[in-house]
Amino acid sequence: MPVRSLAGWGRTAPTTARVLRPRTREEAVRALAQAGPRGAVARGLGRAYGDAAQNAGGAVLDMTGLDRIRSIDAQRGLVVCDAGVSLHRLMHVLLPLGWFVPVTPGTRFVTVGGAVGADIHGKNHHVSGAFTRHVESMELLLPDGGVRTVSPGDALFEATAGGMGLTGVVLGATLRLLPVETTRMRVDTERAANLDDLMARLAATDHRYRYSVAWIDLLARGAALGRSVITRGDHARLSDLRPKDRRDPLAFRTPSLPAAPRGIPGGLLRPSTVGVFNELWFRRAPRERRGELQSIPAFFHPLDGLPEWNRIYGRPGFVQYQFVVGPERADVLRAIVRRISERKYPAFLAVLKRFGPGGSGWLSFPREGWTLALDIPAGLPGLDRFLDALDETVADAGGRVYLAKDSRLRPELLGAMYPRLADFRRLRSEVDPDGVLVSDLARRLDL
Amino acid sequence: MKDAFGAPQSLLVLGGSSDIGRAVARWLVARRTRRVHLAGRASDRLREAAAELTGLGAEVTVVPFDAARPETHEEALGKVFAEGDVDCVLMAFGVLGDQERDEADPAAASRVAQVNFTGAVSAGLVCGNALRAQGHGSLVVLSSVAGERARRSNFIYGSSKAGLDAFAQGLGDALHGYGVHVMVVRPGFVRTRMTAGMKEAPLATTAEAVAEAVVAGLRRRSETVWVPGALRLVMSGMRHLPRPLFRRIPL
Repeated sequence: MPVRSLAGWGRTAPTTARVLRPRTREEAVRALAQAGPRGAVARGLGRAYGDAAQNAGGAVLDMTGLDRIRSIDAQRGLVVCDAGVSLHRLMHVLLPLGWFVPVTPGTRFVTVGGAVGADIHGKNHHVSGAFTRHVESMELLLPDGGVRTVSPGDALFEATAGGMGLTGVVLGATLRLLPVETTRMRVDTERAANLDDLMARLAATDHRYRYSVAWIDLLARGAALGRSVITRGDHARLSDLRPKDRRDPLAFRTPSLPAAPRGIPGGLLRPSTVGVFNELWFRRAPRERRGELQSIPAFFHPLDGLPEWNRIYGRPGFVQYQFVVGPERADVLRAIVRRISERKYPAFLAVLKRFGPGGSGWLSFPREGWTLALDIPAGLPGLDRFLDALDETVADAGGRVYLAKDSRLRPELLGAMYPRLADFRRLRSEVDPDGVLVSDLARRLDL
Repeated sequence: MKDAFGAPQSLLVLGGSSDIGRAVARWLVARRTRRVHLAGRASDRLREAAAELTGLGAEVTVVPFDAARPETHEEALGKVFAEGDVDCVLMAFGVLGDQERDEADPAAASRVAQVNFTGAVSAGLVCGNALRAQGHGSLVVLSSVAGERARRSNFIYGSSKAGLDAFAQGLGDALHGYGVHVMVVRPGFVRTRMTAGMKEAPLATTAEAVAEAVVAGLRRRSETVWVPGALRLVMSGMRHLPRPLFRRIPL
């Protein structure tokens, strides 16, 4: 059978696997049964940055063939769909009916199964929590070939929420949706001069907004350390729209540029070029603007307009580092921002946000506090040790890094970051004694 | 598994008592490597290498391996892979021989070729196939600048490395697309036990420098690494030098 080279979105550690693409639930059951000695893992649209959806030498179940929306309850706002349905597709189908997905990350190109496996979060985490909080139930294909429906509160559900696909293959889910009147966002934009200013503003007024995020310029130093652009908002009401837009308030278009070309050399992103970009981005933003109407793609998914943008990092790829520390550990956040900026790594605009209380998923990433995410080219010398040192600081502060983005964590630190790791391992050994479900991430971190 | 920076968690060193093999292992253990298989002929030096890496926190096993006996490779190395994934294999074995003596003793000369080339062919294939089956891994092959163009003063060693180098490149092409990365490392004169007492060539380097270059090459997924890097240019000049001239270079 042909093998394919697979990597995560960061393109750092490709491995090869047999790719099986089931089109029905029966085919998925059969595909898992044919996994072979090196097991299988499900893969959606490949947006996890690291090695979560690759399985060296084994099988990878490409779930994008399971793409049926089974039913929509437009009265109560419920959708039942297959795991391979993307948020992009859900938005196109649901928005005209006046419903929006409960949680979306910075890309629409994630599948429902992937959203469950990583328990993804969005700019509304402080209000809405993570993705699985909005899952009423899901169908899970277990390693022994059985199919189970699980709901919040079931151990299997909580282990699967953020469980990186290692407790079962999600076949489908029932999601609770968010009602919207329009497909526009009412956005307030403001600049923060530095990190303290930023954190004070977020802490004081975040609760007034459903969505909130800040872009930090990590190359700024000195008094400008942590200067940033805060964008916050909510879904626009019908009355917010200009009269001519009120005729079709639920129109949804997703414009896209041509894909980034292949074969871009590494090293394009240097402190100089990224510095110029960050400077422009910061200057471009208004000092303060209230009530601007933006489209959903512009507000939530600016990078989706440039397909394959990950290619701009060239062959060495890039790593995304995202961590969270508790609300009382603002000092740790400050110290880390200072260290990154002192190091002068060409980190593109980084993202800072405040999480609300965490969910119940055992390996779910979000917990209450501050979370920072940044991209760094993987080819930079010394980056491995630098990030190792950040991990130590984060773990010491009771924080954690996000497994859907990880590609390099030292396995020894995982237990400190995820206190329910032991429960997770125990459940896995019960439901999957033969190790049918396995991924490169699972091997690397001994999940 | 390897991480985003190419740092392996498990390592197999063929020629586990060699200075360069040990130096690379030390560098990798300082990063992510926790499990090390040291393969070689039983010796105090091999035990010493194992003890050193254990002291650095690695879980070390010693594997009996004789490069000169290709018929044993499949079994000896197969056992290692049966125990679990090997993220990186380092082929660091090799003998220098004694050019003057070997020219007078063809049987001794052929032993150099047997270890450096024939042994590497079988060990390289065994490991390459195993890496291909596990769908990932790096195979690092220690070649030499001596293999780039055979010189009068050590053409027996040089030709064996030339064969090894060509083999490793071909193996790299064969495994391309199967998740396996083959990296050919061409150091210049390295100050080690093997070269002790010899006259140093220009741009001489150390086992530590080779190790550093290997780690950087793993990170970049390089196919060829020269140590020091300046040798890439020097040797590209050497390669095109007319033979009557090349012959007269006192190297």
